[in-house]
Amino acid sequence: MNVTRMFLAIGIAILMALPLVTPTYFLHLMIQILIWAFIYTAWSLMGRFGFVSFGHGAFMGIGAYVPALLWSYWNVTPWLGIPLSVIASALLAVVVGYPCFRRRVVGHYFALVTLALSQVVLLSLVAARDITGGSLGFTQKTVGHSWYALQFPEKGYFYIIAVLLWLFGLLIWRWIDRGIGREALEAISEDEDAAAAIGIDVMREKMRVTVVSAALTALGGGILGQYLMYLNPETMSGIAVSLQIVFAAIAGGMYSLLGPTVGSLFTLSLTEGLRVWFGVNFIGAANTIYGILLVLFIIFMPRGILGLFDRARPARPRSPAPAE
Amino acid sequence: MDIYLLEAIINGILLGGVLALLALGLNLIFGVIDVVWIAYADIVMCGMYALYFLYAQYGVPLPLACVITIVGVSGLGVLVHLLIIAPVLDSPPLNQLLATGGLLFFLQSFATLLFGTDFRNIGVRLPVLEIATMYVSFARLIAFAVGLIGAVALYLFLKRTYVGTAIRAIAQDREIVALMGIDQRRIYIVVSAIGGALAGLAACLLALQYDVHPFIGNTFGPVIFIICVLGGLGNMIGGFIAAFVISQIIAIGGYYGSTELSYVFAFTFFIVLMLIRPRGLFAP
Repeated sequence: MNVTRMFLAIGIAILMALPLVTPTYFLHLMIQILIWAFIYTAWSLMGRFGFVSFGHGAFMGIGAYVPALLWSYWNVTPWLGIPLSVIASALLAVVVGYPCFRRRVVGHYFALVTLALSQVVLLSLVAARDITGGSLGFTQKTVGHSWYALQFPEKGYFYIIAVLLWLFGLLIWRWIDRGIGREALEAISEDEDAAAAIGIDVMREKMRVTVVSAALTALGGGILGQYLMYLNPETMSGIAVSLQIVFAAIAGGMYSLLGPTVGSLFTLSLTEGLRVWFGVNFIGAANTIYGILLVLFIIFMPRGILGLFDRARPARPRSPAPAE
Repeated sequence: MDIYLLEAIINGILLGGVLALLALGLNLIFGVIDVVWIAYADIVMCGMYALYFLYAQYGVPLPLACVITIVGVSGLGVLVHLLIIAPVLDSPPLNQLLATGGLLFFLQSFATLLFGTDFRNIGVRLPVLEIATMYVSFARLIAFAVGLIGAVALYLFLKRTYVGTAIRAIAQDREIVALMGIDQRRIYIVVSAIGGALAGLAACLLALQYDVHPFIGNTFGPVIFIICVLGGLGNMIGGFIAAFVISQIIAIGGYYGSTELSYVFAFTFFIVLMLIRPRGLFAP
């Protein structure tokens, strides 16, 4: 155990020291990979128990836009804005999630209700173009290096923030995984009625994991917004982002701790690699290959990359058919 | 009543015809194969491009171009079924959803690669009718009429023919149908072909009204889903009615606010309704 801890400490130390030796472009990639890994991990908190949400684009959008707008219009520091957006997302998760679970909206229906939710946020952001800039996007007010505004032109700062954020996400994952809640949630995802019959508070368990997942996604969106400084409704919310989240988490393997991180590393390296490879002459070429790979992944590797190394555990049974 | 509001309502009804047609196709596939084609609207996009190239680029007469488009998209539907759906038929529903989601990425990007992001119009200029000082687009009127005819034809096909009866049987009870000597795989292919043909027909109708671009599927794809779910996935008559409900919300919302706001209304209406009636408007 101590040896593992030591390796872990050394690993984190190396990760932290990386900015000292790497070029800026690489650092830029790493920051994005880590922040997205955090968001994918947050999604997989729900996804691994069969609650497949296509609504995380909504939480991302709120997480990114609320602090940015508060700061740029009213000089409210992101230190306040981000917690506000996290609370707002958690509330939205309760407002939509509670009746969903109460009324047993599951399977395809749950996926499509949450899909509509992410579209509502996207279209609202576009419709409020006087404030948000609409589909042209929104550039935050810049003040240079400032802790108060959480703006750092020097990428090293955001790199450390991204590493800490990512570690925080993994800790939350472990916390849920280690707790009694995991057993309860697995029971629920197998058979909800049976779980309720043996005394599991189905609503409480589902709501808890949903709210945590939504709140963390908003936090990730907030940090990403602070880092990029430019927000666009299409890349920060909506169905495209929701699909991106689901795909990456599944590609990496949503049933294991590092799966979403591997998914983030894999998808971002792939899109970036293809983009560099094809250059600007073949717009769409990179995503064409990406799309083909996604389909192949779903057909041949439904448990993701890390799922391949996971043979020791019994294959997960076909997830329960939606009650109809 | 305000004449412009009336105009919006009429245009809403006309829009509903095409949406109903698309919802029928998606519902048919869902009801029989039990798979949601997330990329359905993007298959329509392919059809619109086919029509554009046939008619506007190569000068094929419009009716012939439409027929070729419908047959072609129908073939595309079969191809999608054989290549993507068939291998995941036994996977969890989520994986089926995502497989067609991957197809969505692929079709949009591939169209961008092939055709660029330009907006293209097939250049058929149909007159705008003036009825009692209201302006009604002729293209929409045609789309509405053809949409209704398509729906009735599908209904008759399902009710009156042997294959149609087999399709309805599968939708009712997957297990027992095999015992009746019906080859499920063959029916699945037929259904995918019909679903594709409906998408192709809708593509022809939409190409008369809208410009084609690789991401046009994003504008009405989500609307088709909420229509299907609202009507009850697999419930064709429900979906047909829901198409007109949603298109009215969009039309009237657009009259009072902006286009985006009208969609926000429609989606919010959908979410709220789903929480009140989780199995759709017309569930027993």
